[in-house]
Amino acid sequence: MIEVKNVEKSFGNAKVLKGVSTIFETGKTNLIIGQSGSGKTVLLKSLLGIHTPDKGTISFDGRIYSDLTPDEKRALRTEIGMVFQGSALFDSMTVEENVGFPLKMFTNKSTAEIKERVDFVIDRVDLKEAHHKKPSELSGGMQKRVAIARAIVNNPKYLFCDEPNSGLDPKTSIIIDNLIHEITVEYNITTVINTHDMNSVMEIGEKIIFLKKGILAWEGTKKDIFKTDNEAITDFVYSSNLFKKIRKAQNKEE
Amino acid sequence: MRTLIFKEIDDLIIDSLGIVCFISFFVGGVVSIQTALNLTNPLIPKYLIGFATRQSVILEFAPTFISIIMAGKMGSFITSSIGTMRVTEQIDALEVMGVNSLNYLVFPKIIALLLYPFVIGISMFLGILGGWIAAVYGGFASSNDFITGIQQEFIPFHIAYAFIKTFAFALILATIPSFHGYYMKGGALEVGKASTVSFVWTAVTIILVNYILTQLLLT
Ligand SMILES: Nc1ncnc2c1ncn2[C@@H]1O[C@H](COP(=O)(O)OP(=O)(O)O)[C@@H](O)[C@H]1O
Ligand SMILES: [Mg+2]
Repeated sequence: MIEVKNVEKSFGNAKVLKGVSTIFETGKTNLIIGQSGSGKTVLLKSLLGIHTPDKGTISFDGRIYSDLTPDEKRALRTEIGMVFQGSALFDSMTVEENVGFPLKMFTNKSTAEIKERVDFVIDRVDLKEAHHKKPSELSGGMQKRVAIARAIVNNPKYLFCDEPNSGLDPKTSIIIDNLIHEITVEYNITTVINTHDMNSVMEIGEKIIFLKKGILAWEGTKKDIFKTDNEAITDFVYSSNLFKKIRKAQNKEE
Repeated sequence: MRTLIFKEIDDLIIDSLGIVCFISFFVGGVVSIQTALNLTNPLIPKYLIGFATRQSVILEFAPTFISIIMAGKMGSFITSSIGTMRVTEQIDALEVMGVNSLNYLVFPKIIALLLYPFVIGISMFLGILGGWIAAVYGGFASSNDFITGIQQEFIPFHIAYAFIKTFAFALILATIPSFHGYYMKGGALEVGKASTVSFVWTAVTIILVNYILTQLLLT
Protein backbone atom coordinates (compact mmCIF):
# COMPACT_ATOMS: atom_id res chain seq x y z
CA MET A 1 0.00 0.00 0.00
CA ILE A 2 1.26 3.43 -0.91
CA GLU A 3 -0.12 6.39 0.98
CA VAL A 4 0.12 9.82 -0.59
CA LYS A 5 -0.59 12.72 1.76
CA ASN A 6 -1.01 16.31 0.64
CA VAL A 7 1.66 16.17 -2.03
CA GLU A 8 2.48 19.48 -3.69
CA LYS A 9 4.99 20.04 -6.45
CA SER A 10 5.89 23.16 -8.44
CA PHE A 11 8.30 23.81 -11.27
CA GLY A 12 9.31 27.44 -11.08
CA ASN A 13 6.06 29.34 -10.74
CA ALA A 14 3.91 26.58 -12.18
CA LYS A 15 2.18 24.59 -9.46
CA VAL A 16 1.71 21.15 -11.01
CA LEU A 17 0.42 19.15 -8.01
CA LYS A 18 -1.79 21.09 -5.62
CA GLY A 19 -2.13 18.88 -2.56
CA VAL A 20 -2.91 15.34 -3.68
CA SER A 21 -3.89 12.72 -1.08
CA THR A 22 -4.85 9.12 -1.82
CA ILE A 23 -4.08 5.49 -1.15
CA PHE A 24 -2.86 3.00 -3.76
CA GLU A 25 -3.91 -0.49 -2.74
CA THR A 26 -1.88 -3.70 -2.76
CA GLY A 27 -2.76 -6.47 -5.23
CA LYS A 28 -4.83 -4.05 -7.29
CA THR A 29 -4.33 -1.98 -10.42
CA ASN A 30 -4.62 1.63 -9.30
CA LEU A 31 -5.22 4.05 -12.17
CA ILE A 32 -4.36 7.72 -12.33
CA ILE A 33 -6.44 9.29 -15.09
CA GLY A 34 -6.70 12.80 -16.44
CA GLN A 35 -6.02 14.97 -19.44
CA SER A 36 -2.56 15.50 -20.84
CA GLY A 37 -0.77 18.03 -18.67
CA SER A 38 -2.88 17.31 -15.59
CA GLY A 39 0.16 16.15 -13.62
CA LYS A 40 -0.07 12.35 -13.90
CA THR A 41 3.56 11.85 -14.84
CA VAL A 42 4.75 14.29 -12.20
CA LEU A 43 2.77 12.40 -9.54
CA LEU A 44 4.19 9.07 -10.71
CA LYS A 45 7.74 10.43 -10.79
CA SER A 46 7.19 11.78 -7.28
CA LEU A 47 6.28 8.26 -6.15
CA LEU A 48 9.46 7.04 -7.81
CA GLY A 49 11.63 9.61 -6.08
CA ILE A 50 12.69 11.18 -9.40
CA HIS A 51 10.86 14.34 -8.28
CA THR A 52 10.93 15.42 -4.65
CA PRO A 53 7.58 16.84 -3.50
CA ASP A 54 7.72 20.39 -2.10
CA LYS A 55 5.21 19.44 0.57
CA GLY A 56 3.49 16.31 1.80
CA THR A 57 4.62 12.73 2.30
CA ILE A 58 4.62 9.46 0.42
CA SER A 59 4.82 6.27 2.42
CA PHE A 60 5.44 2.76 1.17
CA ASP A 61 3.79 0.30 3.57
CA GLY A 62 4.51 2.63 6.43
CA ARG A 63 7.97 3.77 5.31
CA ILE A 64 7.85 7.51 4.75
CA TYR A 65 10.15 8.07 1.77
CA SER A 66 11.51 11.47 2.79
CA ASP A 67 12.48 10.11 6.24
CA LEU A 68 14.58 7.23 4.88
CA THR A 69 18.38 7.23 4.91
CA PRO A 70 20.09 7.09 1.50
CA ASP A 71 20.76 3.37 2.02
CA GLU A 72 17.13 2.69 2.88
CA LYS A 73 16.04 4.69 -0.17
CA ARG A 74 18.31 2.62 -2.36
CA ALA A 75 16.90 -0.58 -0.84
CA LEU A 76 13.36 0.67 -1.44
CA ARG A 77 14.22 1.46 -5.06
CA THR A 78 15.04 -2.20 -5.65
CA GLU A 79 11.44 -3.02 -4.61
CA ILE A 80 10.09 -0.76 -7.36
CA GLY A 81 9.57 -1.68 -11.00
CA MET A 82 8.80 0.96 -13.58
CA VAL A 83 7.41 0.76 -17.11
CA PHE A 84 8.12 4.04 -18.88
CA GLN A 85 5.88 5.69 -21.43
CA GLY A 86 8.17 4.94 -24.39
CA SER A 87 9.37 1.68 -22.78
CA ALA A 88 12.83 3.22 -22.19
CA LEU A 89 14.63 0.03 -23.16
CA PHE A 90 18.39 0.35 -23.46
CA ASP A 91 18.87 0.35 -27.23
CA SER A 92 22.38 -0.97 -27.14
CA MET A 93 21.35 -4.15 -25.29
CA THR A 94 19.43 -7.24 -26.38
CA VAL A 95 16.08 -8.15 -24.84
CA GLU A 96 17.79 -10.61 -22.54
CA GLU A 97 20.38 -8.07 -21.40
CA ASN A 98 17.70 -5.43 -20.84
CA VAL A 99 15.63 -7.75 -18.69
CA GLY A 100 18.63 -9.07 -16.77
CA PHE A 101 20.12 -5.62 -16.20
CA PRO A 102 18.57 -4.88 -12.77
CA LEU A 103 19.66 -8.31 -11.52
CA LYS A 104 23.17 -7.92 -12.85
CA MET A 105 23.55 -4.49 -11.26
CA PHE A 106 21.86 -5.04 -7.91
CA THR A 107 21.95 -8.65 -6.85
CA ASN A 108 24.80 -11.06 -6.36
CA LYS A 109 23.02 -13.78 -8.28
CA SER A 110 25.21 -16.01 -10.45
CA THR A 111 25.01 -15.80 -14.24
CA ALA A 112 23.05 -19.06 -14.29
CA GLU A 113 20.54 -17.85 -11.71
CA ILE A 114 20.08 -14.61 -13.61
CA LYS A 115 19.56 -16.51 -16.86
CA GLU A 116 16.95 -18.70 -15.23
CA ARG A 117 15.01 -15.75 -13.82
CA VAL A 118 15.28 -13.80 -17.08
CA ASP A 119 14.00 -16.77 -19.09
CA PHE A 120 11.14 -17.12 -16.63
CA VAL A 121 9.92 -13.52 -16.88
CA ILE A 122 10.42 -13.38 -20.65
CA ASP A 123 8.19 -16.45 -20.88
CA ARG A 124 5.74 -14.85 -18.46
CA VAL A 125 5.22 -11.90 -20.81
CA ASP A 126 4.99 -14.27 -23.83
CA LEU A 127 8.11 -13.20 -25.66
CA LYS A 128 9.81 -16.52 -26.30
CA GLU A 129 11.42 -15.81 -29.67
CA ALA A 130 12.91 -12.44 -28.86
CA HIS A 131 15.77 -13.19 -26.42
CA HIS A 132 18.59 -12.02 -28.66
CA LYS A 133 16.84 -9.24 -30.53
CA LYS A 134 17.56 -5.55 -30.06
CA PRO A 135 14.67 -3.25 -29.02
CA SER A 136 14.68 -1.55 -32.43
CA GLU A 137 13.77 -4.89 -34.04
CA LEU A 138 10.60 -5.24 -31.96
CA SER A 139 7.08 -3.89 -32.42
CA GLY A 140 5.72 -1.37 -29.90
CA GLY A 141 3.70 -4.05 -28.14
CA MET A 142 6.71 -6.35 -27.85
CA GLN A 143 8.82 -3.49 -26.49
CA LYS A 144 6.16 -2.93 -23.84
CA ARG A 145 6.35 -6.60 -22.91
CA VAL A 146 10.12 -6.34 -22.54
CA ALA A 147 9.68 -3.24 -20.38
CA ILE A 148 7.20 -5.12 -18.19
CA ALA A 149 9.55 -8.09 -17.96
CA ARG A 150 12.40 -5.80 -16.93
CA ALA A 151 10.19 -4.08 -14.36
CA ILE A 152 9.15 -7.33 -12.66
CA VAL A 153 12.41 -9.28 -12.93
CA ASN A 154 13.53 -8.34 -9.44
CA ASN A 155 10.19 -9.30 -7.82
CA PRO A 156 9.02 -5.77 -7.10
CA LYS A 157 6.46 -4.93 -4.44
CA TYR A 158 5.50 -1.80 -6.35
CA LEU A 159 4.98 -1.48 -10.08
CA PHE A 160 4.50 1.86 -11.84
CA CYS A 161 3.44 2.23 -15.45
CA ASP A 162 3.34 5.55 -17.31
CA GLU A 163 0.80 5.42 -20.15
CA PRO A 164 1.48 1.75 -20.93
CA ASN A 165 -0.86 1.96 -23.94
CA SER A 166 0.57 4.99 -25.65
CA GLY A 167 1.40 4.17 -29.25
CA LEU A 168 -0.36 0.80 -29.20
CA ASP A 169 -3.41 -0.25 -31.15
CA PRO A 170 -6.59 -0.87 -29.09
CA LYS A 171 -6.30 -4.65 -29.18
CA THR A 172 -2.67 -4.75 -28.10
CA SER A 173 -3.50 -2.15 -25.45
CA ILE A 174 -6.05 -4.43 -23.88
CA ILE A 175 -3.65 -7.37 -23.94
CA ILE A 176 -0.97 -5.29 -22.23
CA ASP A 177 -3.48 -3.96 -19.66
CA ASN A 178 -4.57 -7.46 -18.83
CA LEU A 179 -0.99 -8.68 -18.60
CA ILE A 180 -0.23 -5.96 -16.06
CA HIS A 181 -3.40 -6.80 -14.15
CA GLU A 182 -2.66 -10.54 -14.05
CA ILE A 183 0.87 -9.92 -12.83
CA THR A 184 -0.42 -7.53 -10.17
CA VAL A 185 -2.81 -10.10 -8.77
CA GLU A 186 -0.44 -13.05 -9.21
CA TYR A 187 2.41 -11.47 -7.25
CA ASN A 188 0.32 -9.21 -4.99
CA ILE A 189 1.98 -6.04 -6.28
CA THR A 190 0.86 -2.47 -5.59
CA THR A 191 0.49 -1.28 -9.17
CA VAL A 192 -0.04 2.35 -10.20
CA ILE A 193 -0.85 3.10 -13.83
CA ASN A 194 -1.09 6.49 -15.55
CA THR A 195 -3.48 6.56 -18.41
CA HIS A 196 -5.87 8.70 -20.39
CA ASP A 197 -7.26 5.63 -22.13
CA MET A 198 -10.88 4.93 -21.16
CA ASN A 199 -10.54 1.37 -22.41
CA SER A 200 -8.02 0.72 -19.65
CA VAL A 201 -10.41 2.18 -17.14
CA MET A 202 -13.06 -0.27 -18.31
CA GLU A 203 -10.68 -3.23 -18.32
CA ILE A 204 -8.64 -2.87 -15.18
CA GLY A 205 -9.84 0.17 -13.21
CA GLU A 206 -9.99 -1.38 -9.75
CA LYS A 207 -9.17 1.90 -8.11
CA ILE A 208 -9.20 5.12 -10.07
CA ILE A 209 -8.09 8.60 -9.16
CA PHE A 210 -8.87 11.47 -11.46
CA LEU A 211 -6.48 14.40 -11.65
CA LYS A 212 -7.59 17.73 -12.99
CA LYS A 213 -4.98 20.50 -13.17
CA GLY A 214 -3.06 19.01 -10.27
CA ILE A 215 -6.07 18.50 -8.03
CA LEU A 216 -7.52 15.11 -7.18
CA ALA A 217 -11.01 15.76 -8.49
CA TRP A 218 -12.56 12.33 -8.00
CA GLU A 219 -11.76 8.76 -6.89
CA GLY A 220 -13.60 5.48 -7.12
CA THR A 221 -13.83 2.22 -9.12
CA LYS A 222 -14.73 1.50 -12.72
CA LYS A 223 -18.29 0.79 -11.60
CA ASP A 224 -18.60 4.13 -9.81
CA ILE A 225 -17.28 6.08 -12.75
CA PHE A 226 -20.41 5.53 -14.83
CA LYS A 227 -22.73 6.51 -12.03
CA THR A 228 -21.12 9.58 -10.58
CA ASP A 229 -22.50 13.02 -11.17
CA ASN A 230 -19.15 14.66 -10.52
CA GLU A 231 -18.96 17.13 -13.34
CA ALA A 232 -15.21 17.15 -13.77
CA ILE A 233 -15.06 13.43 -14.39
CA THR A 234 -18.18 13.09 -16.51
CA ASP A 235 -16.81 15.89 -18.63
CA PHE A 236 -13.60 13.89 -19.11
CA VAL A 237 -15.18 10.48 -19.61
CA TYR A 238 -18.00 11.53 -21.89
CA SER A 239 -15.89 13.58 -24.18
CA SER A 240 -16.20 10.51 -26.41
CA ASN A 241 -19.52 9.50 -27.96
CA LEU A 242 -18.85 5.84 -27.36
CA PHE A 243 -18.90 6.36 -23.61
CA LYS A 244 -22.02 8.50 -23.78
CA LYS A 245 -23.73 5.47 -25.31
CA ILE A 246 -22.27 3.11 -22.75
CA ARG A 247 -23.56 5.32 -19.95
CA LYS A 248 -27.05 5.33 -21.43
CA ALA A 249 -27.03 1.56 -21.81
CA GLN A 250 -25.79 1.06 -18.24
CA ASN A 251 -28.41 3.34 -16.78
CA LYS A 252 -31.10 1.39 -18.61
CA GLU A 253 -29.90 -1.91 -17.21
CA GLU A 254 -30.48 -0.79 -13.65
CA MET B 1 31.82 -2.04 -16.44
CA ARG B 2 34.47 -3.84 -18.52
CA THR B 3 32.10 -4.55 -21.36
CA LEU B 4 30.93 -0.92 -21.26
CA ILE B 5 34.49 0.33 -21.61
CA PHE B 6 35.20 -2.03 -24.51
CA LYS B 7 32.04 -0.86 -26.20
CA GLU B 8 33.11 2.77 -25.87
CA ILE B 9 36.58 1.94 -27.19
CA ASP B 10 34.93 0.36 -30.18
CA ASP B 11 32.47 3.22 -30.78
CA LEU B 12 34.81 6.10 -30.08
CA ILE B 13 38.35 4.98 -30.88
CA ILE B 14 38.18 2.12 -33.39
CA ASP B 15 35.37 3.70 -35.39
CA SER B 16 37.36 6.92 -35.74
CA LEU B 17 40.55 5.34 -37.07
CA GLY B 18 39.44 5.18 -40.70
CA ILE B 19 38.62 8.84 -41.07
CA VAL B 20 41.67 9.92 -39.04
CA CYS B 21 44.00 7.85 -41.24
CA PHE B 22 42.44 9.15 -44.42
CA ILE B 23 42.55 12.81 -43.41
CA SER B 24 46.04 12.65 -41.91
CA PHE B 25 47.61 10.98 -44.92
CA PHE B 26 46.23 13.44 -47.46
CA VAL B 27 46.59 16.59 -45.39
CA GLY B 28 50.20 15.60 -44.65
CA GLY B 29 50.66 15.30 -48.41
CA VAL B 30 49.15 18.71 -49.04
CA VAL B 31 51.27 20.39 -46.35
CA SER B 32 54.36 18.96 -48.01
CA ILE B 33 53.32 20.11 -51.51
CA GLN B 34 52.38 23.59 -50.29
CA THR B 35 55.73 23.98 -48.56
CA ALA B 36 57.54 22.82 -51.69
CA LEU B 37 55.64 25.24 -53.90
CA ASN B 38 56.49 28.13 -51.62
CA LEU B 39 60.20 27.34 -51.56
CA THR B 40 61.06 29.19 -54.74
CA ASN B 41 64.40 30.53 -53.55
CA PRO B 42 67.05 28.02 -54.71
CA LEU B 43 69.24 28.91 -51.70
CA ILE B 44 66.78 27.33 -49.30
CA PRO B 45 67.60 23.64 -48.90
CA LYS B 46 65.04 21.05 -50.04
CA TYR B 47 65.09 19.27 -46.71
CA LEU B 48 62.99 22.13 -45.31
CA ILE B 49 59.98 20.41 -46.88
CA GLY B 50 60.40 17.46 -44.52
CA PHE B 51 61.14 19.76 -41.60
CA ALA B 52 58.05 21.91 -42.16
CA THR B 53 55.81 18.90 -42.65
CA ARG B 54 57.04 17.32 -39.42
CA GLN B 55 56.61 20.52 -37.43
CA SER B 56 53.12 21.31 -38.63
CA VAL B 57 51.87 17.75 -38.37
CA ILE B 58 53.28 17.00 -34.92
CA LEU B 59 52.68 20.37 -33.30
CA GLU B 60 49.30 21.37 -34.60
CA PHE B 61 47.70 19.31 -37.31
CA ALA B 62 47.54 15.94 -35.52
CA PRO B 63 46.78 16.99 -31.95
CA THR B 64 44.64 20.08 -32.52
CA PHE B 65 42.95 19.77 -35.88
CA ILE B 66 42.21 16.07 -35.64
CA SER B 67 40.67 16.86 -32.24
CA ILE B 68 38.44 19.51 -33.80
CA ILE B 69 37.34 16.94 -36.36
CA MET B 70 36.79 14.45 -33.55
CA ALA B 71 34.69 17.07 -31.72
CA GLY B 72 32.40 16.70 -34.71
CA LYS B 73 32.57 12.95 -35.00
CA MET B 74 32.95 11.57 -31.46
CA GLY B 75 31.37 14.61 -29.86
CA SER B 76 28.14 14.54 -31.79
CA PHE B 77 28.00 10.76 -31.35
CA ILE B 78 28.36 11.14 -27.58
CA THR B 79 25.85 14.00 -27.31
CA SER B 80 23.26 12.35 -29.50
CA SER B 81 23.55 8.93 -27.89
CA ILE B 82 23.31 10.29 -24.32
CA GLY B 83 20.70 12.86 -25.40
CA THR B 84 18.58 10.12 -26.94
CA MET B 85 18.81 8.19 -23.69
CA ARG B 86 17.61 11.33 -21.89
CA VAL B 87 14.60 12.01 -24.12
CA THR B 88 13.53 8.36 -24.26
CA GLU B 89 13.69 8.19 -20.44
CA GLN B 90 16.48 5.58 -20.47
CA ILE B 91 18.39 7.78 -18.03
CA ASP B 92 15.33 7.93 -15.76
CA ALA B 93 15.14 4.15 -16.04
CA LEU B 94 18.74 3.86 -14.82
CA GLU B 95 18.06 6.25 -11.95
CA VAL B 96 14.92 4.38 -10.90
CA MET B 97 16.90 1.18 -10.74
CA GLY B 98 19.35 3.00 -8.47
CA VAL B 99 22.19 3.35 -10.99
CA ASN B 100 24.24 6.53 -10.79
CA SER B 101 23.54 7.37 -14.40
CA LEU B 102 26.06 10.18 -14.86
CA ASN B 103 28.86 7.99 -13.65
CA TYR B 104 27.58 4.98 -15.58
CA LEU B 105 27.48 6.89 -18.87
CA VAL B 106 30.48 9.19 -18.66
CA PHE B 107 33.15 7.24 -16.81
CA PRO B 108 33.58 4.52 -19.49
CA LYS B 109 33.98 7.24 -22.11
CA ILE B 110 36.76 8.91 -20.17
CA ILE B 111 38.54 5.58 -19.78
CA ALA B 112 38.09 4.74 -23.47
CA LEU B 113 39.54 8.10 -24.46
CA LEU B 114 42.73 7.35 -22.55
CA LEU B 115 43.52 5.54 -25.81
CA TYR B 116 43.03 8.73 -27.78
CA PRO B 117 46.78 9.58 -27.83
CA PHE B 118 47.28 6.42 -29.89
CA VAL B 119 44.91 7.81 -32.48
CA ILE B 120 46.90 11.03 -32.58
CA GLY B 121 50.15 9.06 -32.73
CA ILE B 122 48.85 7.24 -35.81
CA SER B 123 47.77 10.56 -37.28
CA MET B 124 51.26 12.00 -36.81
CA PHE B 125 52.87 9.00 -38.44
CA LEU B 126 50.50 8.96 -41.41
CA GLY B 127 50.66 12.73 -41.85
CA ILE B 128 54.43 12.62 -42.20
CA LEU B 129 54.23 9.51 -44.39
CA GLY B 130 51.75 11.30 -46.65
CA GLY B 131 54.08 14.28 -46.82
CA TRP B 132 57.04 12.09 -47.72
CA ILE B 133 55.16 10.26 -50.47
CA ALA B 134 53.81 13.51 -51.92
CA ALA B 135 57.25 15.11 -51.89
CA VAL B 136 59.08 12.17 -53.46
CA TYR B 137 56.46 11.16 -56.04
CA GLY B 138 55.67 14.77 -56.90
CA GLY B 139 59.35 15.31 -57.61
CA PHE B 140 59.70 18.14 -55.06
CA ALA B 141 62.48 16.56 -53.01
CA SER B 142 64.45 13.35 -52.86
CA SER B 143 63.62 10.79 -50.26
CA ASN B 144 66.96 11.50 -48.58
CA ASP B 145 66.30 15.25 -48.42
CA PHE B 146 62.88 14.74 -46.89
CA ILE B 147 64.16 12.29 -44.28
CA THR B 148 67.00 14.62 -43.38
CA GLY B 149 64.38 17.31 -42.88
CA ILE B 150 62.35 15.12 -40.58
CA GLN B 151 65.40 14.60 -38.37
CA GLN B 152 66.45 18.26 -38.47
CA GLU B 153 66.53 20.18 -35.15
CA PHE B 154 64.44 17.56 -33.47
CA ILE B 155 63.27 18.74 -30.03
CA PRO B 156 61.95 15.84 -27.94
CA PHE B 157 59.92 18.23 -25.78
CA HIS B 158 57.74 19.01 -28.79
CA ILE B 159 56.49 15.44 -28.68
CA ALA B 160 55.74 15.78 -24.97
CA TYR B 161 53.97 19.08 -25.66
CA ALA B 162 51.86 17.48 -28.38
CA PHE B 163 50.82 14.59 -26.18
CA ILE B 164 50.08 16.77 -23.15
CA LYS B 165 47.70 18.71 -25.39
CA THR B 166 46.25 15.47 -26.68
CA PHE B 167 45.43 14.29 -23.15
CA ALA B 168 43.71 17.56 -22.36
CA PHE B 169 41.72 17.34 -25.59
CA ALA B 170 40.73 13.74 -24.84
CA LEU B 171 39.27 14.86 -21.54
CA ILE B 172 37.41 17.70 -23.26
CA LEU B 173 36.10 15.32 -25.94
CA ALA B 174 34.75 12.91 -23.32
CA THR B 175 33.16 15.42 -20.98
CA ILE B 176 31.71 18.44 -22.79
CA PRO B 177 29.61 16.42 -25.28
CA SER B 178 28.47 14.12 -22.45
CA PHE B 179 27.19 17.01 -20.38
CA HIS B 180 25.38 18.53 -23.34
CA GLY B 181 23.61 15.22 -23.90
CA TYR B 182 22.97 14.48 -20.24
CA TYR B 183 21.40 17.81 -19.34
CA MET B 184 19.37 18.30 -22.49
CA LYS B 185 15.59 18.69 -22.45
CA GLY B 186 13.00 18.12 -25.14
CA GLY B 187 12.65 15.62 -27.97
CA ALA B 188 14.35 14.32 -31.09
CA LEU B 189 14.74 17.77 -32.61
CA GLU B 190 16.51 19.04 -29.51
CA VAL B 191 18.90 16.08 -29.67
CA GLY B 192 20.05 17.39 -33.05
CA LYS B 193 20.38 20.92 -31.72
CA ALA B 194 22.25 19.75 -28.64
CA SER B 195 24.76 17.94 -30.88
CA THR B 196 25.42 21.12 -32.84
CA VAL B 197 25.76 23.28 -29.74
CA SER B 198 27.98 20.68 -28.15
CA PHE B 199 30.25 20.63 -31.22
CA VAL B 200 30.63 24.40 -31.12
CA TRP B 201 31.52 24.46 -27.43
CA THR B 202 33.87 21.51 -27.67
CA ALA B 203 35.70 23.09 -30.62
CA VAL B 204 35.91 26.49 -28.93
CA THR B 205 37.22 24.91 -25.73
CA ILE B 206 39.83 22.91 -27.63
CA ILE B 207 41.07 26.01 -29.45
CA LEU B 208 41.28 28.04 -26.24
CA VAL B 209 42.95 25.28 -24.25
CA ASN B 210 45.37 24.84 -27.15
CA TYR B 211 46.26 28.50 -26.95
CA ILE B 212 46.71 28.45 -23.18
CA LEU B 213 48.80 25.26 -23.16
CA THR B 214 50.99 26.52 -25.98
CA GLN B 215 51.58 29.74 -24.09
CA LEU B 216 52.40 27.84 -20.92
CA LEU B 217 54.54 25.07 -22.35
CA LEU B 218 56.42 26.58 -25.29
CA THR B 219 57.17 30.18 -24.30
N1 LIG C 1 10.58 18.62 -15.26
C1 LIG C 1 9.63 19.57 -15.45
N2 LIG C 1 9.95 20.88 -15.43
C2 LIG C 1 9.01 21.83 -15.61
N3 LIG C 1 7.71 21.57 -15.83
C3 LIG C 1 7.31 20.29 -15.86
C4 LIG C 1 8.25 19.23 -15.69
N4 LIG C 1 7.58 18.06 -15.75
C5 LIG C 1 6.28 18.40 -15.99
N5 LIG C 1 6.12 19.73 -16.05
C6 LIG C 1 4.83 20.44 -16.26
O1 LIG C 1 3.88 19.87 -15.41
C7 LIG C 1 2.62 19.76 -16.03
C8 LIG C 1 2.09 18.34 -15.90
O2 LIG C 1 2.88 17.48 -16.68
P1 LIG C 1 2.70 15.91 -16.71
O3 LIG C 1 2.69 15.38 -15.33
O4 LIG C 1 3.77 15.38 -17.61
O5 LIG C 1 1.30 15.74 -17.37
P2 LIG C 1 0.57 14.38 -17.81
O6 LIG C 1 -0.67 14.34 -16.99
O7 LIG C 1 0.26 14.54 -19.26
O8 LIG C 1 1.50 13.26 -17.55
C9 LIG C 1 2.82 20.19 -17.46
O9 LIG C 1 2.30 21.49 -17.60
C10 LIG C 1 4.30 20.17 -17.65
O10 LIG C 1 4.69 21.19 -18.53
MG1 LIG D 1 2.43 11.93 -18.87
